[in-house]
Amino acid sequence: MKAPALEVARLVAARDLRLAFRKPSQLLQPLMFFMIVATLFPLTLTPEMSRLRDAAPGVLWVGALLSSLLALEFLFRDDAQDGTLEQFALSGQSLTWMLFAKTCVHWLLTGLPLALSAPIAAVGLGVPAGAMWSVVASLALGGFALSLIGAISAGLTLGARRGGVLLSLLTLPLAVPILIYGADATHRAIVGMEIAPPMYLLGAITVLGVTLAPLAAAAAVRIGLE
Amino acid sequence: MLSVAGLHLWRGERHVLRGVSFSAVPGECVLLTGKNGAGKTTLLRAIAGLLDPEEGQVQWRGASARSTRDEFHSELAYLGHEPPLKGDLTGRENLRFSIGIRRAVSAADIDAALTRTGAREFADRAVRTLSAGQRRRVALAGVLLSGALLWLLDEPTTNLDADGQQLVATLIEEQLGRAGIVVAAVHHPLTLAGGKLTQLELGAR
Repeated sequence: MKAPALEVARLVAARDLRLAFRKPSQLLQPLMFFMIVATLFPLTLTPEMSRLRDAAPGVLWVGALLSSLLALEFLFRDDAQDGTLEQFALSGQSLTWMLFAKTCVHWLLTGLPLALSAPIAAVGLGVPAGAMWSVVASLALGGFALSLIGAISAGLTLGARRGGVLLSLLTLPLAVPILIYGADATHRAIVGMEIAPPMYLLGAITVLGVTLAPLAAAAAVRIGLE
Repeated sequence: MLSVAGLHLWRGERHVLRGVSFSAVPGECVLLTGKNGAGKTTLLRAIAGLLDPEEGQVQWRGASARSTRDEFHSELAYLGHEPPLKGDLTGRENLRFSIGIRRAVSAADIDAALTRTGAREFADRAVRTLSAGQRRRVALAGVLLSGALLWLLDEPTTNLDADGQQLVATLIEEQLGRAGIVVAAVHHPLTLAGGKLTQLELGAR
């Protein structure tokens, strides 16, 4: 009897979570990268809070984007190397659901911790305390969209020997809208404006990503496995 | 039941499969032989649908395996060169997840399969601490648990001791006895007590 799609997705997610907790260093690396970038800026830019505050959205979002690119390399690579991804593709089950589960867990383990630790970096950049929730929310939502879009590129670059550079080149153009709206939301939060408009747009991109990215990623992985 | 017709496949500049055709009925084992690089692995991967042949077709139950991919895959178990196991999980966990995504499986089933392939005593150790032969025994338990009708095995006896090689032969015999089909790439001849055995030499001109 065939297992239902949601049960399959749950098993894949449970497996990835268990694996992540057995090998946490891989997950800490992108987070450390983000924290280092974001905390080095105040040291090098200027000690003046008002000018740092202007640079804060850019620093946080560029840091988050680069860190997410770093984390994307791990999304399918290990599973492709040890052959378990191949077994996913040959299980007769929906690869789309399995990859969606993998992508969600990936965000849960990289994107979400990054968003939650962003206030530490944001304080150093002069972001007012009242804007913190909006900063966390925009980074969490944008991070999910980045993971979803990145899953397509990660799938496509599976077969490439030096996938890292290619992965960045493929992901960056698609990630630019997320970067723009995300930084805009953060900027609005800092200056005390309504953040809803850019957040709606980020939400729309995420919804589009949830609907289409796993399908595209599954097709990409099947090509990448050849 | 399984039929492969006129399969042509290029890997880069190399014409690896040059019109391979064969068919297998339930209870039949097809042994793929040939030198290194003759295309044994390529043929197995093409049958599984991991490689797209330039020409030719794989048919399963009279329909193209490509167009009925999910149904075909749910009846197929593929074991490649490297056992598809996660090094950081134990053998038992590996099976629970890899078989769990195919069908509902109980802890007792897993235990029975591990005992059958002699992998039970080291099933609770992280796979990365196991020897290559031990990993293969865990992976064979996975093939057994999959309940698949068609087994595609790539060098199933690699890294196994004499006992293990005999075990593979016995497992294949039992699979044939269940009206299953086995396609195996082998370097060393395999002797089976029962079942129909066909040999297909690749790369012969």
